[in-house]
Parts: sequence; structure tokens; C-alpha cells
Amino acid sequence: MGLLPFVFPFAELEVGKHLYWQIGDLRIHGQVFMTSWIVIGALLALVVVGTKKMERDPRGVQNLLEFLWDYIRDLARTQIGEKVYRDWMPFIGTLFLFIFVSNWGGALVPWRLIRLPSGELGAPTADINTTVALALLVSLSYFYAGLSNKGLRYFEYYVHPTPIMLPFKIVEDFTKPLSLSFRLFGNILADELVVAVLVFLVPLVLPVPVMFLGLFTSAIQALIFATLAAYYIGEAVEEHH
Amino acid sequence: MDSITTAASVVAAGLAVGLGAIGPGIGQGSAAQGAVEGIARQPEAEGKIRGTLLLSFAFMESLTIYGLVVALVLLFANPFAG
Repeated sequence: MGLLPFVFPFAELEVGKHLYWQIGDLRIHGQVFMTSWIVIGALLALVVVGTKKMERDPRGVQNLLEFLWDYIRDLARTQIGEKVYRDWMPFIGTLFLFIFVSNWGGALVPWRLIRLPSGELGAPTADINTTVALALLVSLSYFYAGLSNKGLRYFEYYVHPTPIMLPFKIVEDFTKPLSLSFRLFGNILADELVVAVLVFLVPLVLPVPVMFLGLFTSAIQALIFATLAAYYIGEAVEEHH
Repeated sequence: MDSITTAASVVAAGLAVGLGAIGPGIGQGSAAQGAVEGIARQPEAEGKIRGTLLLSFAFMESLTIYGLVVALVLLFANPFAG
């Protein structure tokens, strides 16, 4: 890793520095694991609390969960279609909630107060490994969706309007996870960097609107990731006539 | 890392973001133009237009972000650093 020490000698930016944990032959980024498990724990706690005492007239947390359920159902139904959206709603919902809570958790929780020996805590989605894993999961699931719904007829999709499209469709299978992962990673990392640089330059007031912009972008990116995942799955299960 | 590689990396990082911002800038401009025209013609559709506009903005923005990712790789994780 050739870090250029003179690029940001002034701001405390730690790009490419990680807290390494050695497990067997694997070197993993410890700070990403910690924040991911915090996010997963928070989501689990929210869902368990919200569904403990269910009432006919939803109140409080249950109301929030029902709103989220409606939102995710509409998203999945418009992209995947009436027939199979039920099978994929949990997947889309999990993606959306995990990315959304990671992004906002990275921006809202003052992680800097916790000192690590190296690297720093932040949004798990600001690490390329997390986003690549999520994007590859999406790739696997649209193949699975297509093959399980249509069998080998799924491959008709590659030559659908004309066989000339074949190379483009094959390349598309590789560019889909690439663009999904880079979009999310780049946006979240860019938000963190912009805020960090502005905090260094003007520590007062000025970073606040940029932070709000960052929150907004983070939410939109979670929505885009979930929408695109649903769209790819919908494309794979769609019947051609 | 030798100084030629360093200089080339820094210049390339600047160019990656700068040139990458041109296309999406033009695209976002024309998308916003279309949205404003749509709202002027049909003010009651403002909510729907705004939602679609923001979603497509995010798509265009991610093109610049790809340039930014390349720039960050060049600055912080340069594969040619040796």
C-alpha cells in the first residue's frame, strides 16, 4: 500500500488504514466487523421490540415497522412484478435496511470518540469489501431467481431481441455488480471525505449543510441499491412473449 | 515510490474527477430543465417529478463517483507504487 503521506498531511484522513484482525489465514478489517454487527444488532433489536406485543391498532415501533414493510413491499412489487415479488421481499428489505442504517449510523453516530489502535470506525458501507459482498449477493440471487423460475429458458434472455445482443448481455453480468458496489462505496466514502476536509478547513457551521446533504445522499443510495437489486431480479424472472 | 509516478498519479487523480464531472454536469442540467418544464406545465405532478428527478440525479452522480474512486485509488492505494 503506497500511501502518499504528503497528500493530506494536515487533515486527519485515514483512507486505506484498517484495524487488522488475524483469523487463521485471513486478515479481516476489524472496524468494519464491529460496526456491521452493531448495525445488525440495532436492526434486530428494533424488529424484536416492534413485534413483541402486536396490537390491532399499531402504535410506536410497530407502526414504524408496518410503514417500512409497506414501503419495501411497494418497491419490490413495482420492480419485480405481482407474481414472484413475495419471494424476494425479505431479501430486498434486508438490503435496504442494512445499507440505510449503516449509512446513517456512519454519519450520525460520533464514532471518532472511540479510539482504535489503527483505522477508525465508520459506516461499514464505506469499505469496498462490504459493498462488493452485497453486490455479489445480488448477482447470485438474480441468477437463482431466473433459473428457479424459468429453468434453462432463463438463458433465452441473453438472445432475446436478437442474438447480436449476446456479448453485451454477458458483459452486463460483470458490470452490474461492479457498478452496484462502486456506486455505493464511492458515494459513502465521498460523503465522509467531504465532511472531513470541510471540518479541517472551516470547523464551524459550514460543514453542517454538507452533513445534511450527506445524510440525504446516503438515504438515496440505499434506495437505489435496493431498487436496482429488485430491478435485476425482476428482469431475470420476466416472461418474454 | 519515485517522483515521476507520484507526479503522474496526482495529475491523473485530478483529471479523473475533473473530466468525469463534465458529462454528469451536462446531464443533470438537462434533467433539471426537463423537470422544471414538467412542473411548470403540470404543477400538481411536482411530488412525483421530484422523486424521479432525485433518483436519476443519483444515477448521474455515480458516474462522477466512479472517477472519484479511480482518483482515490491513485492517491491512497496506488498499485504502481512499487
